Amino acid sequence: MSIRHGLLALLSQGPRYGYQLRAEFESSTGATWPLNIGQVYSTLARLERDELITRVGADDEGRFVYRITPAGEEDVRAWFATPVVRADRPRDELAIKMALAVTTPGVDVRTVVQTQRAATLRSLQDLTRLKAGAPDDAVEPGEHAWRLVLESMIFRAEAEVRWLDHCEAYMVRVRPVDAPPAAPVAADDAESAEAQR
Amino acid sequence: MNVLEMRDVTREHGAGQSLVHALRGVSLAVRPGEFVAVMGPSGSGKSTLLTLAGGLDAPTSGTVVVEGVDVGGLRRAGLAALRRRSIGYVFQDLNLIPSLTAVENVMLPRELDGVRARRARREALSALADLGLADLAGRFPEDMSGGQQQRVAIARALAGDRRLVLADEPTGALDSRTGEDVMRLLRSRCTEGAACLMVTHESRHAAWADRVVFLRDGEIIDSAGRSVPESLLEGTA
Repeated sequence: MSIRHGLLALLSQGPRYGYQLRAEFESSTGATWPLNIGQVYSTLARLERDELITRVGADDEGRFVYRITPAGEEDVRAWFATPVVRADRPRDELAIKMALAVTTPGVDVRTVVQTQRAATLRSLQDLTRLKAGAPDDAVEPGEHAWRLVLESMIFRAEAEVRWLDHCEAYMVRVRPVDAPPAAPVAADDAESAEAQR
Repeated sequence: MNVLEMRDVTREHGAGQSLVHALRGVSLAVRPGEFVAVMGPSGSGKSTLLTLAGGLDAPTSGTVVVEGVDVGGLRRAGLAALRRRSIGYVFQDLNLIPSLTAVENVMLPRELDGVRARRARREALSALADLGLADLAGRFPEDMSGGQQQRVAIARALAGDRRLVLADEPTGALDSRTGEDVMRLLRSRCTEGAACLMVTHESRHAAWADRVVFLRDGEIIDSAGRSVPESLLEGTA
């Protein structure tokens, strides 16, 4: 995903000033993706260079209005028509950390899992508070857009917790009695390990 | 004062070779206005924790205090009265009485507790309305969907002025929209001053709670979330 496509999609709704684009981009993503005005103008400059938008007139303060070109319209259509390919996203640090936790001696995988799970749940709580505070009967299109972005983050956090649960259950299954090497095995642990078998 | 306080609670089943430690020295307090979720893998002791908190089972050792009353020190009648008056239960097994309508099911515990029928009915209708079931008050359980029955059971737990709400996977049979409505309702009950302890395996539901407690092998291993702000505690202590 790029700011480029976001701005282009907004311009496909009609000509806008740079500061307008920034405000609309932020409100439709629920301020979850804050832009600085410099990013907006550098992106607009690239779009202009690629002839996807043009500058039309300026107001008294010398601020330009930008308009999408037919080539830009085509670019937006293609963007909406193309699925997002996951491999295009940055590599997942958490998956890599888990993979290494499993193979690195002396690392307690359960602790790594739990540390991440608690942190992810905390952010899930924050997102849920935002959702709980929002009106359920939104009328503004911007509010619908924000709600959808918020819920995508909620679903992602939820999926992460489920995956962590899965990792833990999987590790218990494949290494049932493998206690962390550093920790002494207490009588209770031995009993529960026996109960699991 | 905490609505629920569990101190060093242990529950064992069986003996000798077949001894199972369902809970090992769990301490947990839930304040007025606080919504606490309990998560953990199956067999971690979540449901045991809830049945002990509700006085439906007795700990092997440790104490359970509800509204300042040591549950272990109560005789049967006193325990039954505490359970009816102070505690609302939403368990996976709904236990709706098939020969009673939805509103009668919700009224029943209140009437058993000596609340007059008219008032009990008013409370029950209001609780059903909160759950979007106003139109189904006169229906029998068998004429309702699983999700509707579940909401009736939730209304029964919330009718009247229960100070402690205990919920075990309360959204099991509900779709995601209705499940979220139930979370909003539990949340608002807590904002009104009730305490809620909920067992769930769904992190999206646990996230509605102020605090999430993680159980593993009968022990609390971690918790996430912030505690109730001081301002909410003033006047309730």
